[in-house]
Amino acid sequence: MDADSILGAIFNFENYGELLVLVQNSIWAGAILGLLGGLVGTFVMKRDLAFAVHGISELSFAGAAFALLVGADVVFGSLIGSVAAALLLGLMGVRARDKNSTIGVIMPFGLGLGILFLSLYQGRAANKFGLLTGQIVSVDTVQLQALAGTAVVVMLVLLAIWRPLNFASVDPELAEARGVPVRTLALVFMVLLGVSVALSIQVVGALLVLALLITPAAAALRVTSSPVAAVVLSVVFAVTATVGGILLALGGRIPISPYVTTLSFLIYVVCRVISSVRAARGINGRVLTASRQP
Amino acid sequence: MKSVVSLNKACLKFGQRTLWEDLDLEIRPGEFFAVLGPNGSGKTSFLKVLLGLQKLHSGQASLGGRPVERGSSLIGYIPQQKSFPQDTPMRARDLVALGVDGHRWGVRLSAGKTNRSVDQLLELVGASDYAKVPVGQLSGGEQQRLRVAQALATDPQVLLCDEPLLSLDLHHQQAVSALISKQSREHNSAVVFVTHEINPIIEYVDRILYLAGGRFRVGTPEEVMTTEVLSDLYGSHVEVIHANGRIIVVGLPDATTHHHAAADALAGEVA
Repeated sequence: MDADSILGAIFNFENYGELLVLVQNSIWAGAILGLLGGLVGTFVMKRDLAFAVHGISELSFAGAAFALLVGADVVFGSLIGSVAAALLLGLMGVRARDKNSTIGVIMPFGLGLGILFLSLYQGRAANKFGLLTGQIVSVDTVQLQALAGTAVVVMLVLLAIWRPLNFASVDPELAEARGVPVRTLALVFMVLLGVSVALSIQVVGALLVLALLITPAAAALRVTSSPVAAVVLSVVFAVTATVGGILLALGGRIPISPYVTTLSFLIYVVCRVISSVRAARGINGRVLTASRQP
Repeated sequence: MKSVVSLNKACLKFGQRTLWEDLDLEIRPGEFFAVLGPNGSGKTSFLKVLLGLQKLHSGQASLGGRPVERGSSLIGYIPQQKSFPQDTPMRARDLVALGVDGHRWGVRLSAGKTNRSVDQLLELVGASDYAKVPVGQLSGGEQQRLRVAQALATDPQVLLCDEPLLSLDLHHQQAVSALISKQSREHNSAVVFVTHEINPIIEYVDRILYLAGGRFRVGTPEEVMTTEVLSDLYGSHVEVIHANGRIIVVGLPDATTHHHAAADALAGEVA
């Protein structure tokens, strides 16, 4: 394979207009997941759960692989796997800080189970690969509706608990003293996270869920500490990565996940550069007494 | 005047260990009430009881005439000074906003009202200049001013402070305790101030609850901070020296408080 054909496999914009119509559903799915990932991601960062997301996604992968093996619905399988993992971590009172080892134990176990189920599976190899690397290009209308419905439910619950969850995430001690149900909120959020992971796995696959649920929020928090701006940027970054990734992937022959993860990563790098430039100049929003004097 | 905090035959036990028992106490509005004692004597647990986070073994605790409950809006709480990690995604004003409406459900729909109260609170504690700085980049003293602003958000009738001066330098200790005392004077709030060091607040304190060795003593600083009373509480000879309006306790029995005693003595020399 020469350089031209590799490039042709990665970027190919022939018949782009016609393709675009065909993948409308996928683009919508990407946008929905971007929105969801951006919203949930900000809390993943605030609660320091990045590593937990990885653990949940491995068990979600195991669930999906098991569903594939026994001929059940794959999305349902991954949902069961990730919600079970999320609840398990939530019940153990997960503050990722002290519980990283637990997650480290669960993660390889889930991955191992998944590989076991996949190797027992006799069907198409593309199905197997899709679980790990994403398969959004084949979303049909029914799937899209189910995806959108679930995402809307998750977002509504998240909006309903937004303020107390934020309080409990950044300042748990005081939140508890103010009567915020810190532990219940932690469990509810873990369920929301589990569902979000299961949904995201359909786009970017189990291995790359972090690119949707963590990278955009992490990038946003590099450039702003304002809660509102952080959420808005996080959503914009996530949607840009998913929708942009799908649009770039259309003509090529490879799965969309490399496009999504690369876009996501580039956004993060840019944000990091901006933040270090600011830090070097000492810009942090403080009003200096000298500059206030007439 | 009617008391705002009251304990009736209150007893707190952890397993076999009794922290304090038969504690009867009335704290009046506007009173500055200090809780002192060595580590492990139940100072912080005392606050937790008032916050509704810790159940009494027996007896009653009430706030504003009603049994204590978690999340009471009568209470403002200043937790122990504990620095935020440097990358905490929150600016100074967002921390204060948590105190204003952080416990409510849903999202903040009208930012205007919250913003105005946050601005006022920041002004009140002199933190306006760093309102937009991420909390993780502020000094311990600056963070603690924000804690005061946060606690004052509900204009509380009782201000519960858990070692709010810990690890602050002298200047910030004075500033923060002056802010707390101002609230107590101007808004007639009762202050319950847990501390192991009485000197930074000695000019404000009306009464002291001194906990030690499963027993306690309540009274004015003059009544409690004496060689006789503390020697009796600790069950060994403790020397209390009054000098230049400061109180120096020498010879505390357990190892952890030796350190504080040394610090007190040192602070006494500086003053």
